[in-house]
Amino acid sequence: MQILCCGNRHRGDDAAGLLVADRLREWGIAAEILDGEATEIMEAWDGADSAVLVDAVVTGKRPGTVHAWDGGNLKACSTSSASSHGLGVGEAIELARALGRLPSKIRIYGIEGRQFTAGAGVSPEVEAAVEVVARAIAQVAGADPATVASRQPTE
Amino acid sequence: MTTSAGKTIRVDTLARVEGEGSLYIKYAGEQVAEVKFGIYEPPRLFEAFMRGRHFSEAPDITSRICGICPIAYQMSAIHAMERALGIRIDPAVRLLRRLFYCGEWIESHALHVYMLHAPDFLGYQDVIGMAKDHREVVEKALRLKKIGNSIVQLMGGREIHPISAAVGGFHKVPTKSRLRELVEDLQWALEASLETVRWTATLEFPNFEPDYEFVALRHPEEYPFNEGRLVSNRGLDIDAEAYEDHFAEVHAKHSNALQSVLRARGSYLVGPLARFNLNFDKLPEEARQAALDVGLKPPVRNPFKSIVVRAVELVFACAEALRVIREYEPPAAARVEAANCAGTGQAITEAPRGILYHRYALDENGLIVTAKIVPPTSQNQKRIEDDLREYATQLATWPLEEATWKCEQAVRNYDPCISCATHFLKVVIERE
Repeated sequence: MQILCCGNRHRGDDAAGLLVADRLREWGIAAEILDGEATEIMEAWDGADSAVLVDAVVTGKRPGTVHAWDGGNLKACSTSSASSHGLGVGEAIELARALGRLPSKIRIYGIEGRQFTAGAGVSPEVEAAVEVVARAIAQVAGADPATVASRQPTE
Repeated sequence: MTTSAGKTIRVDTLARVEGEGSLYIKYAGEQVAEVKFGIYEPPRLFEAFMRGRHFSEAPDITSRICGICPIAYQMSAIHAMERALGIRIDPAVRLLRRLFYCGEWIESHALHVYMLHAPDFLGYQDVIGMAKDHREVVEKALRLKKIGNSIVQLMGGREIHPISAAVGGFHKVPTKSRLRELVEDLQWALEASLETVRWTATLEFPNFEPDYEFVALRHPEEYPFNEGRLVSNRGLDIDAEAYEDHFAEVHAKHSNALQSVLRARGSYLVGPLARFNLNFDKLPEEARQAALDVGLKPPVRNPFKSIVVRAVELVFACAEALRVIREYEPPAAARVEAANCAGTGQAITEAPRGILYHRYALDENGLIVTAKIVPPTSQNQKRIEDDLREYATQLATWPLEEATWKCEQAVRNYDPCISCATHFLKVVIERE
């Protein structure tokens, strides 16, 4: 399973996906970091049967809300992604589908953000959501954070 | 979404532009009464963030400003620092830096030509629709972009934001054999780029040729990336040091965005058209011939034809990358050590979308006292607005929906990188 985390550490809540990656790595789970550009996402999951993707989103829900979309239903994501690029997560999925390059199993976690200004910090609600999403992914990845967290972080 | 009266069109997000922004056009009868374009805010927060940091941190910090052109940002910073500190780099390092640029140009131009701009010409809402009917074209674009990315990865050494480049050189330089691994892919990319020139030349272009002042770097021997004088078709010919004497950033009344102007003459155009028109004689033979074969020669004034010029620059970037790899001998040292000293340095390099200006002042401990960055989209912003004012006149009697789409396309001619903007882009046309 390919774990892809998108975002920008210097734009407030857009860091959400990357913070999830940091957490997973602390637990020894491999997670790839991307900026959310569509073609790089497609390259990253190329050849994988299943993929999990994490990004910050804006849908108008309460900040910190965790959305989970499965591959078939990504319209909501494509219009709401707060990724700073014209071709983002939603487009990566639709384009990959059009080209037959979509992993057969794909789950998207969207973390609702509040502020995306350059230089802004991460909202506390989003920090809490990061923990929830990281744990959910760790479980699917077959690692129990309760056990792995007590071990030394992997380099 | 079209209103029932058909008098106002709003597009909630302008797709296929890097980021978000807003465009407003108002007609009084068939006359264009008002155009407001203010999508891009310069990276002032990054400038503030850098104050008090050591000069050696600037390449890493500036590479994070933009996900699409991190190399241009970090290289402009590095060149400015090297001028402030009086450092001379090894010629082999300079050559490698050109290869680094080639990677970024290939990535950026392949993305824009095929994935962002081509759908406009072929009548698709986006590349997803286009992929269904033109699968092989999109597959080619993906492969081209990946090859550009493989250069950046090899040179940059870290995910997303390349960190290997440093003031004085690189943290680590590649071996000859490692570079040679890129050759086969680049030869394919060169052929694919030549096909791209021929293909883009067959597209239909609106009849629109404003009287631009083109501004680009010019170097005595090379098509410009990272060095040269700043020149224009109206007599500008200056060193980067004099940039702020000739250019100013002014506040547009209608947005927080700053618009760059030539103090003497107003708006100007930077990017592929400007580079091509001012440096046609410096293109390598295969790129120049590819342009001539499709009837493209300077001056190209139609901004919609920037898609063909980008394709020519793809040919250049692939040919240049192959040349660098052929000629490369690793430098004796990856990097010249830079001692702290006070000074001021300015540099201009050519990002894929046009010139990028950086200025830094350092104190005697090598700490940044002031930083100033003028990105290409900031420079083009006033010109985009002027284009739209002229172009919208042609569209006065068009159905609103088509007129809106055409205006979006006119903005995309500039490949504006507005990922720093925090607004959602709305295109609004009103008719009275």
